[in-house]
Amino acid sequence: MLQSSKSPKEPLQQHQKRQSNLSAWLKVGSIDPEKSVQDHQSLNDQENDSKQEESLEPALSYFATVQDGVSLKKSSALQRHLATVESIALQRGLPPEAFNVLLSTALSGKLADTVSIRLLKSLIPESVVPETSVVSAVSWLCVSKCPSNIQVLFLRWLITVFDFIDHKEDLHALYGFFFFFLQEEKMCPFICHVLYLLTRKENVKPFRVKRLLDLQAKMGMRSHLQALLSLYKLFCPELVSITLPAKTEIYFKDAEGPWKAAIKTIRQRRLENSPVPQPLILGTAQPRPQKRKWNAQLMIPASSTNRSDLEEVREKNTGLYSTDEYFPVELLQTFPQLLQNIHRLEFPSRMGSVLTNPLLLHYMNCTKDESVYLRLHYWLGQTLQEECTWCVVENSQNEEEFRDFLEILCRAQCFLHEGLTPCEEFLYRNLPLWDGLCCRSQILRLVSWIPLNSMYDMKSSLYDPLAQLFSTSSLYFKCSTLESLKRLLQNWLNWQMVHVDSAADSQTLNTTFSGLVNMVAELIHFVGMISTVALRLESNHTFLMYFILDFYETVCDIYLKYNMPLLIMPPAGVFYPVLLAMDPVNLNQLCYIMYRYRANLVAAKENEHSEKEVQQFRFSSETYKEYNQYITAMVGCLWTSNAFQKDTHPQGLRMDDELLNETGVKELKTSFNIVYHPAMIGYAVQFLQQAWPDDTTFNFSLIKGKKWNWYLKYLYAKGLEGLKVFIESSISRVSQASYNKAENMET
Amino acid sequence: GVVLRPFLVMESLDGAARTLPSIGRLSWGLPFGRAHGRCGLSPSGGLLLQKNLDSQAVAFLLRKRWALYSVTPLYKFSSAHLKAYAKLLSAYIAAEKQNGLAVEVGVELDIKVAISCLPDLKGSEQDEAAVLVQLSLRPQASQKKSEEKVVWSGWFCSVCGDDLSKNMPADFTCLPVFLANGAESYTSIVGSWFQKMFDCCFHHLAISPLNLSWMAAMWTGCKLEENASAMELVFSVPSLPQSLDISYAIHAEDAKALWDTVQKTPGEITQEEVDVFMDCLYSHFHRHFKIHLSATKLVKVSTAVASAHCDGIIKLGLSRQYFIAAFQRKLLTLALGQK
Repeated sequence: MLQSSKSPKEPLQQHQKRQSNLSAWLKVGSIDPEKSVQDHQSLNDQENDSKQEESLEPALSYFATVQDGVSLKKSSALQRHLATVESIALQRGLPPEAFNVLLSTALSGKLADTVSIRLLKSLIPESVVPETSVVSAVSWLCVSKCPSNIQVLFLRWLITVFDFIDHKEDLHALYGFFFFFLQEEKMCPFICHVLYLLTRKENVKPFRVKRLLDLQAKMGMRSHLQALLSLYKLFCPELVSITLPAKTEIYFKDAEGPWKAAIKTIRQRRLENSPVPQPLILGTAQPRPQKRKWNAQLMIPASSTNRSDLEEVREKNTGLYSTDEYFPVELLQTFPQLLQNIHRLEFPSRMGSVLTNPLLLHYMNCTKDESVYLRLHYWLGQTLQEECTWCVVENSQNEEEFRDFLEILCRAQCFLHEGLTPCEEFLYRNLPLWDGLCCRSQILRLVSWIPLNSMYDMKSSLYDPLAQLFSTSSLYFKCSTLESLKRLLQNWLNWQMVHVDSAADSQTLNTTFSGLVNMVAELIHFVGMISTVALRLESNHTFLMYFILDFYETVCDIYLKYNMPLLIMPPAGVFYPVLLAMDPVNLNQLCYIMYRYRANLVAAKENEHSEKEVQQFRFSSETYKEYNQYITAMVGCLWTSNAFQKDTHPQGLRMDDELLNETGVKELKTSFNIVYHPAMIGYAVQFLQQAWPDDTTFNFSLIKGKKWNWYLKYLYAKGLEGLKVFIESSISRVSQASYNKAENMET
Repeated sequence: GVVLRPFLVMESLDGAARTLPSIGRLSWGLPFGRAHGRCGLSPSGGLLLQKNLDSQAVAFLLRKRWALYSVTPLYKFSSAHLKAYAKLLSAYIAAEKQNGLAVEVGVELDIKVAISCLPDLKGSEQDEAAVLVQLSLRPQASQKKSEEKVVWSGWFCSVCGDDLSKNMPADFTCLPVFLANGAESYTSIVGSWFQKMFDCCFHHLAISPLNLSWMAAMWTGCKLEENASAMELVFSVPSLPQSLDISYAIHAEDAKALWDTVQKTPGEITQEEVDVFMDCLYSHFHRHFKIHLSATKLVKVSTAVASAHCDGIIKLGLSRQYFIAAFQRKLLTLALGQK
């Protein structure tokens, strides 16, 4: 059952996994007995065809009453009944009631050894094995009526079907009997295995430890003894200490015997007819290969703490939690286990090990104990600093390992939905020295989890070093940084939603609400600044614009989506390059963003008037003014062709008429709108080709009046949703008027 | 190596002091997180130590090479359980040594572990008492009379970390400096056990040239005994095919005289003063050998009080009087600041 393993911890894990799989299977069997009966019947119908169905009843009653020493050769009844048992066992397994009779027969030594062996080998459970039958079998074992090879066979059977035994309390009570059998040399490995499955903390007693150590002294290093001893150490580190060799692979010899395959086959047959989802087992990290160097292991496997029994005054929990037995973290493998044992779980001896263990992260999320976080923080802070590849020179070969470590950290932070303070400190210390290449994706993801209630000055700690890297790095780095800052903004906004809501008096937080708003504003201004710079440096690269607008898609909706009274328009250095961009995707996105700005501003304006919102912040008139300036420019560029005259923004498009005349463009008054805009002209050409297939002059002035509205519909159909909502919200009246005008003109 | 016995050149002093930018109080200890300790060399730090020091208790600390480690706070460490810890650690060491064989806790094993408190070894009342771990070989049955031989020792200490000790959350014990003497294999076993038992972590501490120059200045300032041995600074020259070390020795009294002119307030040291002190030594060396020591790397400082190597090895001086007094606070900032 537990044959091979790479690390000392694994036998436990395998065992637990198997157990849960089997229990899932048992459930299937017990939930739907009728169905399974039907299955068997249909199965039997197929296989036996016209043959009469075999019944176990006569065989069982035969074995219950069989005389001692009946010979197999001479008794055809024995032959027949034995064959019946064997064939039913193989076909569909034996029902629970069969085990008592058959086990007693096999272990009482009534019949010849060959018969006993054949009986034992056919003990394949259909659903469960009743505990009573096992208990009585053990009592037969104690009177030693059967030879040792049969005893061993029984033990191997017991190990294989251990998870099928319906209850185990009485079996646990027999712990001492099993322990006694350790002295039988042949049985010893299997007894160790049984004990390994049975052992609970209360079974670990000093005299038993002594006995096992004596055995170890007598027999030398034996893997089955090691396994049992290491389990003892797990429960009672104050009694025994053992270090398992890293190479240990086999703990228990093959105990499966002939049953495993049969059980599997029967299970398979059942599963075929009743598909159930496999139980979800949250994975635990593979332990890393042991390294020779002391302390060089970055990730630590979880192991129980040794401490509990040293405490003189152990806090006895009362009431619901009145159990003083801890559940060792090594045994924690599944989510249901976590739920069942959450009241008696203890964090591992080293908190660092929780990072790779989702179950423990869940548990950590539930705990309010500050020391849990502190332990993690101390370790993490030290480890990050020590392992940082670009700070510690000798570490340069370990970049890959460090990257994996950061990756684990990123995932853990994502899982916890919060940043860990040591990661933040690590960033502040090391960003100024970072080359922007090493572990880029991980570092940038760490940035996006910097907490909003940070105690540090963001400008000097984060923005300044980041800005330096940003402006000197590749386009790809710039886009990645913008992406990570967008996530940072979203994480902050989500965080404040949860925390400000739950603690209406923000006294509990370190900062006031307006402090948080200021921090968010500072981030947005920073991104606005670097975006402006980046657009200049990268000559308004389309790809870059995409990431910048992605950021502003979050910014424009802060008031409505995140309930934070903050509205910051993109700087002119971002707005105008996008407005005059060559590609429709970004222009469309800008339209959408401006539409959302409008929605937020309108909502804020309405709330200003409502009395309930007296305490609400007001957006300054500057914000409205800036929005209006941008809208004027946009309408001028997309609709009225008068952006050059009407734009009032100081950094806007306004140009003197003389200058405009110098361009030599005729019909200035109608030449800059959704038809002529460089991002849109492609659509206009296609539209012309479809509307006037014969016309090859590309007479754009044809698009007016009714055609103008067709053209709009054409654009909407091309997926320019942003343009649609923008025009419908911001230009609706004009649109309606011009539409009417067009109608009038045509009539 | 080049050895030079310099005489003092006073005129260079003022000039150097004027041109140096004011760096102000030492502040590189803890740029982020944890407590910001006062890091001047306040007299109380060392003096308290001297008064109470039981000479027997610390004699073994002297004249040994100690490897330096920093340690994060120990979780649920209690000095009430030192005996039990010793038992567990001893079984752990035995189990580690005979990989795969279980060991009963509490029986007599080849290696005896003793864990004890050194209550005298602290800089202020708030500090945690230092903790000493000693491993000794049990004498063989045949040679019963022979004494137990200490094969490895290590001690944890926290000195002058008033703020730290006060701010430590419940359940945590702050003993941030660990010094080990003996085979590395024992250090690793004991360290692993502490890490597992008290969820702390150990890291080897290297000492940067900047910190070494601090130590040089601090130790120079200590009151001298008669015939104190010379101060020696060792520099390594980078980017050479063969390693070249320059050894620069200065009479202890000369160095002290120089330092006394540099130091403005007795009992306190600033980065600026340390820089001036080192610059004076460098310019003197340059005058004679035309070698800019500032372009090399300071790797070792050794004085009568103590010596320190950049690899994180220190040796406490011969003089018990100045035992650790001069540099424990330095160690603390080193351990916490991780520079």
